[in-house]
Amino acid sequence: MNTSKNKKYKSISYAKWGYIFLIPFFTIYILTNFIPLISTIYYSFFENYMSGLKQIGPNFVAFENYKSILFDSDLPKYAYNTLYIWLLGFIPQITISMLLAIWFTNIRLNLKFTSFFKTVIYMPNLIMAAAFAMLFWALFSDIGPINNLMVSLGLEPYRFLAEIKGTRGLVALMNFLMWFGNTTILLMAGIMGIDSSIFEAAQIDGASSWQTFWHVTLPSIKPILVYVLLTSLIGGIQMFDVPQILTDGSGGPDRTSMTMIMFLNKHLFSKNYGMAGAICVILLIVTAILSFTIYNNITEKDTYTKSKELKMKGGKNEK
Amino acid sequence: MKNRINKILCYIVLIVLSIMCIFSFYLLIVNSTRAHSQIQKGFSFALGNFFGANLKNVLSNGELPVVKGIINSLTVSSLTAVLASYFSVLTAFAIHSYNFRLKRIAFTFIMMIMMIPPQVTALGFVRWMAKLGLIDSLVPLFLPSVASPIVFYFMLSYMQSNLPKAMIEAARIDGASEFRIFNQIVIPVMKPAIAVQAIFTFVGAWNNYFIPSLIIRSAEKKTLPILVAQLRSADYLKFDMGQVYMLVFLAIIPIIIVYILLSKYIVRGVAVGSVKE
Amino acid sequence: MKKFKRFIAITLIFVMTLSMIACTSPTAEEPEQPEEPAEETPATEAPEPEVKEGKVLNIWGWNNEFQGLFNNYFEGKGLVPEGVEVKFTIVPNKDNAYQNALDEALLNQEKAPDDEKIDLFLVEADYALKYVDTDYTLDIIKDVGLTADDISGQYKYTQEIVTDSKGAIKGTSWQATPGLFAYRRSIAKDVLGTDDPEAVQEALSTWDKFYEVAEKAHAKGYKMLSGFDDSYRTFSNNVSAPWVDENNTIIIDDNIYKWIEQTKAFTDNGYNNKTSLWDDQWAADQGPAGKVFGFFYSTWGINFTLLGNALETPLPEGVSATGDPEAYRAATEGNGIFGDYAVCYGPQNYYWGGSWLCAAAGSDNIELVREIMKTMTCDKETLTTITKDTQDFTNNIEAMEALAADDSFASAFLGGQNHIKLFLGSAKGIDMSNISPYDQGMNEEIQTAFRDYFNGTVDYDTALNNFYTAVIEKYPELKRPE
Repeated sequence: MNTSKNKKYKSISYAKWGYIFLIPFFTIYILTNFIPLISTIYYSFFENYMSGLKQIGPNFVAFENYKSILFDSDLPKYAYNTLYIWLLGFIPQITISMLLAIWFTNIRLNLKFTSFFKTVIYMPNLIMAAAFAMLFWALFSDIGPINNLMVSLGLEPYRFLAEIKGTRGLVALMNFLMWFGNTTILLMAGIMGIDSSIFEAAQIDGASSWQTFWHVTLPSIKPILVYVLLTSLIGGIQMFDVPQILTDGSGGPDRTSMTMIMFLNKHLFSKNYGMAGAICVILLIVTAILSFTIYNNITEKDTYTKSKELKMKGGKNEK
Repeated sequence: MKNRINKILCYIVLIVLSIMCIFSFYLLIVNSTRAHSQIQKGFSFALGNFFGANLKNVLSNGELPVVKGIINSLTVSSLTAVLASYFSVLTAFAIHSYNFRLKRIAFTFIMMIMMIPPQVTALGFVRWMAKLGLIDSLVPLFLPSVASPIVFYFMLSYMQSNLPKAMIEAARIDGASEFRIFNQIVIPVMKPAIAVQAIFTFVGAWNNYFIPSLIIRSAEKKTLPILVAQLRSADYLKFDMGQVYMLVFLAIIPIIIVYILLSKYIVRGVAVGSVKE
Repeated sequence: MKKFKRFIAITLIFVMTLSMIACTSPTAEEPEQPEEPAEETPATEAPEPEVKEGKVLNIWGWNNEFQGLFNNYFEGKGLVPEGVEVKFTIVPNKDNAYQNALDEALLNQEKAPDDEKIDLFLVEADYALKYVDTDYTLDIIKDVGLTADDISGQYKYTQEIVTDSKGAIKGTSWQATPGLFAYRRSIAKDVLGTDDPEAVQEALSTWDKFYEVAEKAHAKGYKMLSGFDDSYRTFSNNVSAPWVDENNTIIIDDNIYKWIEQTKAFTDNGYNNKTSLWDDQWAADQGPAGKVFGFFYSTWGINFTLLGNALETPLPEGVSATGDPEAYRAATEGNGIFGDYAVCYGPQNYYWGGSWLCAAAGSDNIELVREIMKTMTCDKETLTTITKDTQDFTNNIEAMEALAADDSFASAFLGGQNHIKLFLGSAKGIDMSNISPYDQGMNEEIQTAFRDYFNGTVDYDTALNNFYTAVIEKYPELKRPE
């Protein structure tokens, strides 16, 4: 791993600057995040909550909290909800974004007004998630404009928020709308970054546009796909604002749109430090495993070992 | 001919998607022009004539310091943007350009904490801030942004494809100190990435409700999302959806202004940090 | 495109600037100075040397309702001693944020400097006991110094809600919020052949009769109620035991089971419209297009929410019944279904809503707190004025009786009925001795959990199970019944 053999940069003599420049990040991180995190983990081994204004505990209970979360609570159900809703939004998101990215970068297609469209589809990303959820709640209510429209088209009115499919679908739709513009632009950048000579070569070889996409475009934008998948998954696990506001915190119907963070939030607000701590730790482990797996499966090397090569390239391709 | 049909198909899809994106904004604008009772009765596509009344109600609502809220939100969001982008570049620079023993550990650590949902530490954070006497202060709202793993990751990716080592090397030969190299060479090179992340972190801080709602108490320190929530939960007697929509409208205006003026750079900039191969 | 963008941007900037300017100009109304001297004159107390008065009076609340009243009827009357600054801290109720902030502040009360100590805070009935049954609140008689005589004019139930387990009264309110059943005269005529409040009351006086009327209304194409939760308070206010017993076990009262059973039957038979409180459909059901027989509403709801929902076009800016009667009549006559509602008692007495003032232990402004409680919640004249100004039903039996006897108090919205008279009757029958500190969470969660059951999404047992799960999340100390 050590690259100090690289005589040209004499890296070792500058090593202390690496530490110095990391000081602000780590100082602030420890002060504002790490201490709270450790205290959260610590408290996960205690029975400790507020009963009205009375503090119960802290009494050391070892793994009791974990036991009741893993075996007596519905956490697996909420994990499933979260994953389900995330996928329900992410699959169309990545598909549509890929389609749009290809259209926008396709010179033969030569679409007009692309900058207008890009501006518009990115916009939902900027609005407060809570406000966005409120607007959707109004749009899809039993007598909202969507139901009015359905009735005037001769369809049966649909009570979106009373139905499991309706509620999950709405959350997924909002996630989709908030993120597909962002993904489109990322994927476009990836496609535009591909050396055009590769496409020309593929054309000369007589590849169909599907073959070109599958064998040229897709492998070339793999790092961006990983980035999109990773950030989206992290966002998915953190899903909270939208279902919280849309269902008014109930995660209804039948708690089928209750996400993991909403579940955590329930314990946070009852000041159940012990249980909340245990959920946090479990969440941490799950996230770590998930991201690690994806990271390892898709990229053979981690980013900064690779960064050496990129750096060389970056140097060469300097414009 | 086939191309023509394809093109029409593309436009149809694009227009449908655009309508879906714009519709909620339209709903917001419509509702900000209607009175509470009209909003309660359901949606209409036509604009109402209560825009002025709603605006006046929101602004003359003595317990709702909207101007202070805008100033507080601006302060917190700007500081967040500045701190997050500057220090993330610094951190990325440390990882990117130096070799030191703990580098791999530091990098792995940052990548790991990137995954931690902010809600996980929220309760501990609030209790800890209370111990430090920082409850009801704006400091806990922007200070943590110095350590922003996601911004860091973006900066690092951008650096990898845009900051040649030779450039730093040349500056060192000229005798520049490491700090000077960072401030006078690295920062200018990173400008496009900084611009993008500054905007994103600004928007993120502007829209943040969760942490501020736990930290802020007094009226003169409240940020806009807290005011929106306050209005939303104001009870039956004062419950006025017209005002709620108006306040949301006022709260997203600055963002929309910035976005419309800078959309070209933002849209272009989203991509600049993505890993190039 | 570019031009368009610039146009939009400039417009938006313009609106922003405008709002900034409008906001900085003095729009806040100065409270009117009364001409006659106020009853209590603080001047007699101020010079006494042994009275130590803190410099800052801290009042906590979740909305600004009390702040408005305080400004108009206490501070505005010059009753705050010189040199004392009144500081309101408002934390929204959303997601229990108010209770969380209040808890934290009360727990730190001892350590806090005198000027940051909470002196007075507001609570709602549904969680009042959480604070009342602790040492963080003061006995308003023994500690604060109100006399039994001072509070004798108040409704008993408003005191029951804030009475701790040892029998001490720990709070006091300026309002009473009895509830009634507001029905549509036109629909009553169609279904029952009469719209006379007494006859309608006779037809709805028990739940069995209520059910029969619902059946008849359904046959004529009407819904008896709008949503699942409309009748909830009438059941939950008449329970035979608190929600939680001494072993911390949750008890669902028979009356709550009755609500579930009745609401399920109503829903399956199509007697209600499947809405929830505050839905837009629920609001629309109260308007001109609504086909719903009636709504359970308490004091504040009738003159504010129901009236607003009943109109076709909203009242113009600044028009009110007390301000300009002529303009009010012009704006309301023939507007939507204004005048089509009437009120009767309904099958059971209940109340809904209300706020209480509690004195915080450790307050350094006890004298002032006492004066505020006395003026705002015990003084007949002040309370009469508040009712006249705001139409709110205030917590003084004599004052309300006087207004009930006053014929000029007839409500045009209710087709000329004097609703204060009915509220009086309703308030007398309220019994809140079975309230618990857990009521807010229990009420919210049982409505949420059983909404799925009424909708047919889940079966009864699942709904019950979801209810237990949700309340134990909120209150970890509680247990399911064996």
